[in-house]
Amino acid sequence: MKKRLSKLSGSQAFWPVMIFLAIILFNTIMTRGEFLTISIVDGHFYGRIIDIFRNGGKLMILAAGMTMVLATGGTDISVGSVMAISGAIACSIINGNLLPGLGGNVAMAIILAILAGVTCGLWNGFLVSQIKIQPIVATMILLVAGRGIAQLITNGKIITINSDAYYFINGGYILGLPFPLYIVLFLVGLLLLFVQKTAFGLFLESIGCNPLASKFAGIKVNKFLLAIYTISGAFASVAGLIESAGIKGADCNNAGLNIELDAILAVAIGGTNLMGGRFSIFSSVIGALIVQSITTTVLALGVPAAYIRVLKAVLIIVICLAQSSKFKVSLGKIFVGKRGRKEAVAL
Amino acid sequence: MSHVKLLTMEGISKSFGKAVVALDDVRFELEKGEIHALLGENGAGKSTLIKVLTGVEERDEGEVELEGEKIHPRSTNEAQQIGISTVYQEVNLCPNLSVAENIYIGRAPRQKFGGIDWARMNKDAEELLGRFDLKLDVTKSLDNYSVAIQQMVAIARASDIKARVLILDEPTSSLSNVEVDKLFSIMKRLRQEGMGIIFVTHFLDQVYEVTDRITVLRNGRYIGTYKTSELTRMELVSKMIGKDYASLNKSLQESREEKKETKAGNVFINMKKVSHQGSINDMDLTISRGEVLGLSGLLGSGRSETARVLFGIDQVTGGELEINGEKVHLKHPLDAIKKDLAFCPENRKTEGIIGDLSIRDNIALALQAKKGLFKKISKKEAQKIADEYIKKLEIKTPSADQLIKNLSGGNQQKVILARWLATNPQLLMLDEPTRGIDIGTKAEIQKIVIDLAAQGMAVLFISSELDEELRCCKRIVVLKDMERAGEVAGDEISEGAVMQIMAGGEAS
Repeated sequence: MKKRLSKLSGSQAFWPVMIFLAIILFNTIMTRGEFLTISIVDGHFYGRIIDIFRNGGKLMILAAGMTMVLATGGTDISVGSVMAISGAIACSIINGNLLPGLGGNVAMAIILAILAGVTCGLWNGFLVSQIKIQPIVATMILLVAGRGIAQLITNGKIITINSDAYYFINGGYILGLPFPLYIVLFLVGLLLLFVQKTAFGLFLESIGCNPLASKFAGIKVNKFLLAIYTISGAFASVAGLIESAGIKGADCNNAGLNIELDAILAVAIGGTNLMGGRFSIFSSVIGALIVQSITTTVLALGVPAAYIRVLKAVLIIVICLAQSSKFKVSLGKIFVGKRGRKEAVAL
Repeated sequence: MSHVKLLTMEGISKSFGKAVVALDDVRFELEKGEIHALLGENGAGKSTLIKVLTGVEERDEGEVELEGEKIHPRSTNEAQQIGISTVYQEVNLCPNLSVAENIYIGRAPRQKFGGIDWARMNKDAEELLGRFDLKLDVTKSLDNYSVAIQQMVAIARASDIKARVLILDEPTSSLSNVEVDKLFSIMKRLRQEGMGIIFVTHFLDQVYEVTDRITVLRNGRYIGTYKTSELTRMELVSKMIGKDYASLNKSLQESREEKKETKAGNVFINMKKVSHQGSINDMDLTISRGEVLGLSGLLGSGRSETARVLFGIDQVTGGELEINGEKVHLKHPLDAIKKDLAFCPENRKTEGIIGDLSIRDNIALALQAKKGLFKKISKKEAQKIADEYIKKLEIKTPSADQLIKNLSGGNQQKVILARWLATNPQLLMLDEPTRGIDIGTKAEIQKIVIDLAAQGMAVLFISSELDEELRCCKRIVVLKDMERAGEVAGDEISEGAVMQIMAGGEAS
């Protein structure tokens, strides 16, 4: 039992899960239990917890893709702009401004939006793996240009659309649970299965630790990088669909604005080494829930929204400290003190 | 000699985590005006002891006294201030700064108003280097000079900082013989001035040439301190490796005898006038099954470059390459791996190990790459393979879960070897497989190589140590200036013959 417990606490997901539970516990106490209540209206579950999962869907998807990119030692700061592009394409097709020949077909709109995300990812991957541009610079190109492209698609206007089928992506329910949750389960599940069943995880960690030695061991590093940035782009486009379905339109200026930083934060909270190497997609998804729950907490407690950023900053500091082994050692020294040290020696 | 105690370390212990005990109750003593060799195999604890002394690592237990005063430096800076200077194997100066700046960085002479007194600094630097018989333009940036000169500058810098104790951590591994002689004369002069010098090295000749006493560590434990003049080489080696060197050498000898009997099989690799722009020219080379082919030559002669081309790292730009009678174009190491080639590169750290991964993952990596992404080797299988090779190659580790970066250099090399043996190669290419590895492990690796060839594997053996090649190879191809210069085989093989070709004598 003890052994199992220590194995559990040693796993990368342990602390993120604990932090998440602590935030929920904190909220439950502060709101005298209201936070946990889940009501059923029209057969749909409603409540703060459900909100976290629904609103956190985009971030969970982005974090899953971002985890792999960061594990290679790279980064992808273009995901917010890719979200804007994907939303702009989907909405423009549905309202007939773009490719009117499709007649506003929602399925085609979704497919083409995701294809656009794939293209963006390929572009990033091409710059990083073939042209060898530093990832932060390479993806900055799309970060800047992406919103411009989105605006060109929408002619610089905010588009609103009227399509119940499209709204369903964000607002729909299946078996009482919000639809975005199913998208997350599908994409993250697919990814986890892939990591589990293939040597993908080993290759990814190997590339992240030492790309040159990985190449010498027979791994096609460049192809791998291309694939990973492409997945990240594809995932971003799905997140973009959820976002635009949520606001029932496309707002190229604000869709996914600054969300790349939240995604990186989520991965960092999950304990993946941002310099590359060891990674855990599951932990990052929990990290995304933590980031989302902070926002929900602030709203639940009635604190002005302006505090969200400050709170996030505080949380980042706490989490970074918690993950720093040097800090843990010095903290241990303060608590154990001289007396405890002697005892430890005696033991 | 005065026999005044300068530095004593007593009962030093240090462990990393629970599993790895790097130092266990180690003693060390240094006198004034003494050159003291600190010896031991890789993983014996030499570097950890140095790190504890210089404040890089904090000791768990033990006392350190410098001239009767208890000290506890917590950083290299602090150590330097109390008079302990270190020169590391890799030069850690700033190549973009001038020689003088490098010597006086952080303690440059000042003018009245706080500005740096450049004229004085340059003059001081020239004077200091003059003491070491070095005449350099001290205003030129350091990267204008060879690694050897840089090393000298590092030593000059270290010895100038009111140093009482000077630590030289493998300073000679990148130096030529002439430069080593120069270094030794400097060391002797510093000794005369009363400095205590701790000298860490792998070269036993140098130990006997320059040191007064020897302290041996093994597996983190103190073995003993001896007068250099009273300890024979055999005794020293046996103390370092903890087993009788004579018997180890004997088993290597036996392997060699066997080697003589096995005949080389059919040709596996056939390079016909293969070139790669800027690294090799019109290279003709054959490697047969069951032979260890030595590749010899000076640095930059095309030794490693030939292996890189064979392994698909560099592409063939001219000529033809045949593997197993089949003409091939290798575009990526994976292409070579699929043709049953394997390559242990020269730079273990940057091209070999995946530091943050376990031994198990490191071993499984190439086999997994060969099998492809979708045919995953299960953890259980990987564990089995790892355990097999840990046992077979005698890799010293508590378990296959250990991260490879925590192993000593020799054991890391064995893991890389295991990675390739797991792919069941027909050609094994080894580039400096024993560099920076203690003699015990060295002999073990050499024996493994000879045994593999006896089992029918083709081996390409690249080493800058001639006696190692002579010991392992039946045929040695000598390269010069990116071209094949000649070949010696069978009974003609001798150090002299190889050197003659290297130096430009007649090619056979």
